[in-house]
Amino acid sequence: MKEELLKRIVKTPDGQEIEIDPLRDYYCEAGPTVQPPAYTAIIEKLFNWARSESLWILGFGTGCGAIEMRPLMTPRFDAYRYGIQWRPTPRQSNLFVISGYLSVKTLKRVIRSYEQMQGPKYVVGLGSCTINGGMYWDSYNTIKRLDDYLPVDVYIAGCMPRPEALLAGFEELKKIIRAGKAEGANQYAANFDWYKANQKSVIHDWDMPDYNW
Amino acid sequence: MQQLYDTLSQRFSLGEFTRQRADLAFITVGAVRLHALLRHLRDQEGFTHLVLLTAVDWLEDGQFQLTYLLNNRAKCQDLGLRVMIARDNASMESIHDLWAAAATYQRELREMFGIDFPGSPRLMDDFILEGWNAAPPYRRDFDTLEYARATYRERPGRETRDPAAHMKQQLYGDKGDV
Repeated sequence: MKEELLKRIVKTPDGQEIEIDPLRDYYCEAGPTVQPPAYTAIIEKLFNWARSESLWILGFGTGCGAIEMRPLMTPRFDAYRYGIQWRPTPRQSNLFVISGYLSVKTLKRVIRSYEQMQGPKYVVGLGSCTINGGMYWDSYNTIKRLDDYLPVDVYIAGCMPRPEALLAGFEELKKIIRAGKAEGANQYAANFDWYKANQKSVIHDWDMPDYNW
Repeated sequence: MQQLYDTLSQRFSLGEFTRQRADLAFITVGAVRLHALLRHLRDQEGFTHLVLLTAVDWLEDGQFQLTYLLNNRAKCQDLGLRVMIARDNASMESIHDLWAAAATYQRELREMFGIDFPGSPRLMDDFILEGWNAAPPYRRDFDTLEYARATYRERPGRETRDPAAHMKQQLYGDKGDV
């Protein structure tokens, strides 16, 4: 556990001594909850159409696959014409592209970022490494199945998949969203304990709250 | 480089000399006077740049080999110093006072090989691995595959083929030996 997260006595500017426990005091202990559809089916359908046309990707390249996103951002492949854009913070994005192999150290940051994204949110696994470990199948510090740790909506196979494959994958994700089947955030909330147990089985120095939104 | 070796061997007891190229040579030296030798090379011979510090695990000999690669920018020469240390309770003198960057290499070696460098700054801080609780992974007696199987769940259905046999089948099909 990092020193700044330990329970300690702090002296305030006016001389009082107070005890702080960062993990309890700075974060909410409530876990995620399942959000059922709020409106009638026809309105949800309209919403889902709107959601599918606004895919804002979190600009977090977790592995080598992030290199394939640069041509998508630039004029040659231009993903912006499909309503897809990249954002710098989790709060502003709803699509997390796990771009390639995920080391345990990165997984910790990925979980924090995913939980900070606002629902409805989607995850795309990019490349073979997210599916079954790919060429890192015998590595001592990369995970082999992404869906053990995060709910994944679409996998894009390849090592690496070309930008065209990514565009096809995003179009596939749009179909899933329009069909109302992109329920990753709800799946994560419903099976929260299972996901946490899996995450903690590989992250040995868990030094953050269980749910850090 | 031979000239440099002759000059150095008047002041230090040096081991084997390997001339790899005109501008690259390796010298095997003892661990005891390594610090003084490095200081001499840096201050007197112009090897001002520490290119890298790395280790090799000679499991069968029970030894680690540390390689200090130095660069003389003015003469465009590289000189590698090889030091053999015992593998059990491996420990080596820190050189962070000669090159501050060496502290980072030493942190990495501590984490990946379990080699101790007493006095090196932030030596026990996590470098790449976080919360690692098994043997240092770059040691050759650490079974990477076994660890990965035990720690990370596999997705069923993954096939592994012998590359040579598979490519033969792909290229020539049933045509037999070609």
